[in-house]
Amino acid sequence: MGKEIAIRDAYGDALLNLGKKNDKVVVLESDVGSSSKSIVFGKEFPERYFNVGISEFNMVSMSTGFASEGFIPFVNTFAVFMTTRGADPIQSIIAYDSLNVKIAGTYAGLSDSYDGASHQSITDISFVRSIPNMTVISVSDAVETAKAVEAIADYNGPVYLRLSRAPAPTIFDDNYDFRIGKGVELKNGKDVAIIATGTILHNALKAAELLNEEGIEATVINIHTIKPIDEELIINAAKRTGAVVTVEEHSIYGGLGSAVAEVLSKKCPTPMEFVGATNFAESGDYNQLLEKYGYSPRSIAEKAKMVINKK
Amino acid sequence: MMTIERKDELQNLCLRFRNDLIDLLHSIQTGHPGGSLSCTEIVTTLFFEKMNIDPQNPSKEGRDRFIMSKGHACPMLYLNMAEKGYFPKEDLKSLRQIDSHLQGHPCAHKTIGVELSTGPLGMGLGAGLGMALGEKLKNSEASIYVLLGDGEIQEGGIWEAAMAASKYKANNLVAILDNNGVQLDGTLEEIMPMGSIGDKFAAFGWNVIRCDGHDVESFSNAVDEAKKSDDKPSIIIAKTIKGKGVSFMEGKNTWHGKPIDNNEYKQAKAELGGLV
Repeated sequence: MGKEIAIRDAYGDALLNLGKKNDKVVVLESDVGSSSKSIVFGKEFPERYFNVGISEFNMVSMSTGFASEGFIPFVNTFAVFMTTRGADPIQSIIAYDSLNVKIAGTYAGLSDSYDGASHQSITDISFVRSIPNMTVISVSDAVETAKAVEAIADYNGPVYLRLSRAPAPTIFDDNYDFRIGKGVELKNGKDVAIIATGTILHNALKAAELLNEEGIEATVINIHTIKPIDEELIINAAKRTGAVVTVEEHSIYGGLGSAVAEVLSKKCPTPMEFVGATNFAESGDYNQLLEKYGYSPRSIAEKAKMVINKK
Repeated sequence: MMTIERKDELQNLCLRFRNDLIDLLHSIQTGHPGGSLSCTEIVTTLFFEKMNIDPQNPSKEGRDRFIMSKGHACPMLYLNMAEKGYFPKEDLKSLRQIDSHLQGHPCAHKTIGVELSTGPLGMGLGAGLGMALGEKLKNSEASIYVLLGDGEIQEGGIWEAAMAASKYKANNLVAILDNNGVQLDGTLEEIMPMGSIGDKFAAFGWNVIRCDGHDVESFSNAVDEAKKSDDKPSIIIAKTIKGKGVSFMEGKNTWHGKPIDNNEYKQAKAELGGLV
């Protein structure tokens, strides 16, 4: 894996590049622009940057008007506020009318670690995933972030883009062929499939290395598009391995794990284990939180062995 | 200034819409009469006197926009749109029925000409602001009209949007308050007194205009005044009566969304001068 780059920096740069290419892109922010890095766009294009202050509901409502006018609005705030305070217009206008709004929820998962559970986001995926017409994307490194921003701008419809605050090792290179709805198999092993989303993907890859040391061959799949999900890739991996673990910095109720379980229970019933949140976390160093709340490579490997035993 | 003849025309149109509304809501036994009757002159004057819109080309660039943020009053919107030619009048009887394009609350992706889906209260003003700023980016002269209920402005999002519209000097945004003083559970005074609404919006940096919301000329003049605003968004506080035109509905919260029975229907039609 390559050097660590903060996802938010990659996002800010991607927005800026997009703004240079496409004058229909407008960016809305609710006073966390120096955190989300939307400010990078704002400095270059002040006339297309709308910082509306601490008013997420209004920010998301305003984006619907811009989209109705043919613009491509990117709205920005912390994921937890976006999908609670901004929830109403996300559901009842953006999704209902399939408006071309890109909803960027940053500081997702436990990545806003020191601010504590009130600022961490473990329920955003379950909310947006359940809304008709919504595409849900969760990125794992800086390259994927840049590619995803470009791809969702080219796609006409509502998208939720889940972004982390944390620096993440670079997994992909510039040749990476990112396509909405297409998962990526990073390792092909016969014993168990580890299916991950977001920056925690790199811990899934490390878990596969630990398993390998014990003679267990793991498949590792990156599901960046949680909706619509890549059913074919998931089913094939389940058929090949007969055991699946999902990994997400999100509640195990309603997120990636649930999405994978929905696919497999209908089309290829397979034993599963879930790495994710079952409770609120707390303040602390990010890596210590990941360790304590079960996201370490060792914890993921343990879950993999548990599910192998259920075969 | 509006000519006497034009004023008569618009008033007659409003009377016809009131009659048609009672017919329609009686026939389907669902829908919101009170708030539809209070905004009759407002919506009709916008559609037939003020707005630059073309039903033959409903997505035309530079058109004025109307957002019915108090979406439950959409029967009056649909009556205006059908009369204007957005869809056949016979569609009206399918309102709120399965497979209809006329939903219980305005739906932009089902009804051509509806600019934005509304219903959950408090979002239309922010959405309208987004449209207003979008029009400014396009150097357009269009106005964005947002009809608000006076109960609706109890939603915090209205005041978030009020702050932002002032910051961005959205002088092409015209909010219209259907100030009938009654909400679902009672009067505003009983449920949530709003104090001086005009002073509140003025304090948020808005251009505040008052008019008689049942006088088409008074409302029309208020719109003209709003369009003269240099650098402020405008709100027209239109004094209205919930259920206007039907004595037993006037000022009654119980007529927010109640089916009309046969006796009530006969009386309402008699009062409106329509035939049963």
